[in-house]
Amino acid sequence: MKELLLGNEAVARGLYEAGCRVVSSYPGTPSTEITEYAAGYNEVFCEWAPNEKVAMEVAYGACVAGARAFCGMKHVGLNVAADPLFTASYTGVNAGLVIAVADDPGMHSSQNEQDSRHHARASKTMMLEPADSEECLQYTKLAFELSEQFDTPVIIRLTTRIAHSRSLAQMGSRVDTGLKPYAKDPQKYVMMPAMAKVRHELVEARTLKQTEWAETAAVNTAEYNDTRVGVITSGICYQYAKEALGKTASYLKLGCVYPLPAGLIKEFASKCDKVYVIEELDDFIESKCKELGLEVTGKEAFTFLGEYSQALIAKVISGAEKPALSADIPVPGRPPVLCAGCPHRGLFYALKKLKVYVSGDIGCYTLGALQPLGMMDTCLCMGASVSALHGRNKADPANAKKSVAVIGDSTFLHSGITGLIDITYNQSDSVVIILDNSITGMTGHQQNPATGLTLKGDPTAAVSLEKLAEAVGVRRIAVVDPNNLEETEKAIKAELEAPGPSVVISRRPCALLKYVKHDAPLSVNREKCTSCKMCMRIGCPAISMKDGKSHIDATQCVGCKVCTQLCKFGAIS
Amino acid sequence: MAVKSIMIVGVGGQGTLLASRLLGRALTKRGYDVKVSEVHGMSQRGGSVVTYVKYGDRVDSPIIREGEADLILAFELLESARWFGFMKPEGKLIVNPQQIDPMPVVIGSAAYPEGVLETLQAAGADVIEIDALTAAERAGSKKAVNVVLIGAMASQMDLPKEDWMEAVKETVPPKYLEMNLKAFELGYNRDI
Repeated sequence: MKELLLGNEAVARGLYEAGCRVVSSYPGTPSTEITEYAAGYNEVFCEWAPNEKVAMEVAYGACVAGARAFCGMKHVGLNVAADPLFTASYTGVNAGLVIAVADDPGMHSSQNEQDSRHHARASKTMMLEPADSEECLQYTKLAFELSEQFDTPVIIRLTTRIAHSRSLAQMGSRVDTGLKPYAKDPQKYVMMPAMAKVRHELVEARTLKQTEWAETAAVNTAEYNDTRVGVITSGICYQYAKEALGKTASYLKLGCVYPLPAGLIKEFASKCDKVYVIEELDDFIESKCKELGLEVTGKEAFTFLGEYSQALIAKVISGAEKPALSADIPVPGRPPVLCAGCPHRGLFYALKKLKVYVSGDIGCYTLGALQPLGMMDTCLCMGASVSALHGRNKADPANAKKSVAVIGDSTFLHSGITGLIDITYNQSDSVVIILDNSITGMTGHQQNPATGLTLKGDPTAAVSLEKLAEAVGVRRIAVVDPNNLEETEKAIKAELEAPGPSVVISRRPCALLKYVKHDAPLSVNREKCTSCKMCMRIGCPAISMKDGKSHIDATQCVGCKVCTQLCKFGAIS
Repeated sequence: MAVKSIMIVGVGGQGTLLASRLLGRALTKRGYDVKVSEVHGMSQRGGSVVTYVKYGDRVDSPIIREGEADLILAFELLESARWFGFMKPEGKLIVNPQQIDPMPVVIGSAAYPEGVLETLQAAGADVIEIDALTAAERAGSKKAVNVVLIGAMASQMDLPKEDWMEAVKETVPPKYLEMNLKAFELGYNRDI
């Protein structure tokens, strides 16, 4: 029976059917649901690791032990995990090792638009790219076979529209592959120069064999229709091209994007009059075509930026545009906001009052950068808030008393802790604020090492952020409730004034967590309201102006009372 | 059958995902090829959200672009204006006239436009207005706005009503079933 599966759900189904036994991942949009769905299968051990590097090493260890293993991450996560990847490519595997990486063209939920196909080429790791949920499932199974056949990790590359689209997929049953025997083999698994030199030779030979395989592989298909226009493409762009051009073009759909089949590409190009390479982000396939001396049209007609669509392809190739209605309505943007009752709101308001420089990080709290709070100066990558603050304070110690870092609990454990160690080891007057909302929020509520629960919801040891900070040498540690504005401001001010490193833990669970009990919604006394708009300064989506007075939407308000503390006229209760 | 394209648009947190999942389920049962493109992550936090649902004998692209939607179901007034250009000129627009101020309006850097529905109608749109919030309250919960709107959408599509009821039964928790079926009926009959 075919089921309507999310692309990520289909990858999870594929790894289950392939007999995968160990999954270790770190959440990241648009990859998160793979691991959440995999956790629904009792035969598969699944965990959230503290970061992607750890996740990949866990999966690697499991595959060397003889279990088919998997890890999933978003594109920037693969940068974190690049270190183990590049050398796992040398050692190869025992049982199959499959890595899923989800790129985010258009940056629906990311800080950059990197193209992970470069990681495949740079690490000399085979990469498959599915074009719908059916292929997500089948390619994941195939990836485990290829991993064992070629003795290599294999990467499945997804993009947002594949990962987060549902389409029909045929489910099968699980093949339990058991635990393959492990044989000690330092020449293969211990990468010191003498051994690695030999392995590198094998890697180069392996790439040649994989290229040969790719020439006739069923995942690389040529479909000849009208040959006046030929399209070389892969993944979601195949779907866009098919919809835009139908039978008026021929297609070479590449399911294996690294290594690329030179012979197949040349043969296809020779049979078509004009050849387009249609790929989102970088000119990965196009460069290969040009290296082969083929005359193709790619980025000069399309773009390196954002997502493609059937409309873009039709416009570029045939000039066709669909008629559409238009109305002259100025439509204001609707950026995402901190939710009503979000504990980050009170913290950012306190920072605003203190007028500090804020070294920011990745998570829901990055939304504190937006107006009306507008309290973030930088946001680079996971963990950078802490280390970049240290760098700033070393460069400009006079302003250290006016600078803080903000980082979430999950992000802190991902890679903020190493920055904090740098702060204590090399002593800067840095104030690091850990926004502990007891969950990984932005990716949709995943557990982390500080929550005391595993991915499957079982109780486990919880990292104590206070004790961890103390253990790395922080002597001043304060814990505040961010919904208490006065207390929060006072505590941060005290730490800014004190010499040496400080950690402030701003602790209150995410307002969307099911176990969090909310107070009754607040309302505005219209008699008392003077329309001063103080309550609007915190950017709460439940508060708006209605008929000249402040108004609180009862369907959104969770009674957090942060606005109550701002109203000097006692109009909110 | 040629591909039909439906968009469900609204504000993060309004329950648009439930609507697209339910629609996807109902269509799959009828044997169509179906693709649903969802939004997860950042924009769910009170941002503008859009879900695409396409069905027919064979669906290629999971997304919808300007001039392609046969039907747009808008959970919020401003969002109907934002995505209006994605509709086919002969398409239908079902709008819940509820207004949720986006942050630029809240902080006074932009204004919520006036007379949205009138302007869209004047531009040639076939608009069906349904006060889903009032209907949901009548059904028993403000949270049933999405199911009222699913009912309204069902009344404009060529799927048997039973399929929809079945999909509602399979998707909502049993203890809220009766309330949701009532909400569906109110939407289906546009009985406010």
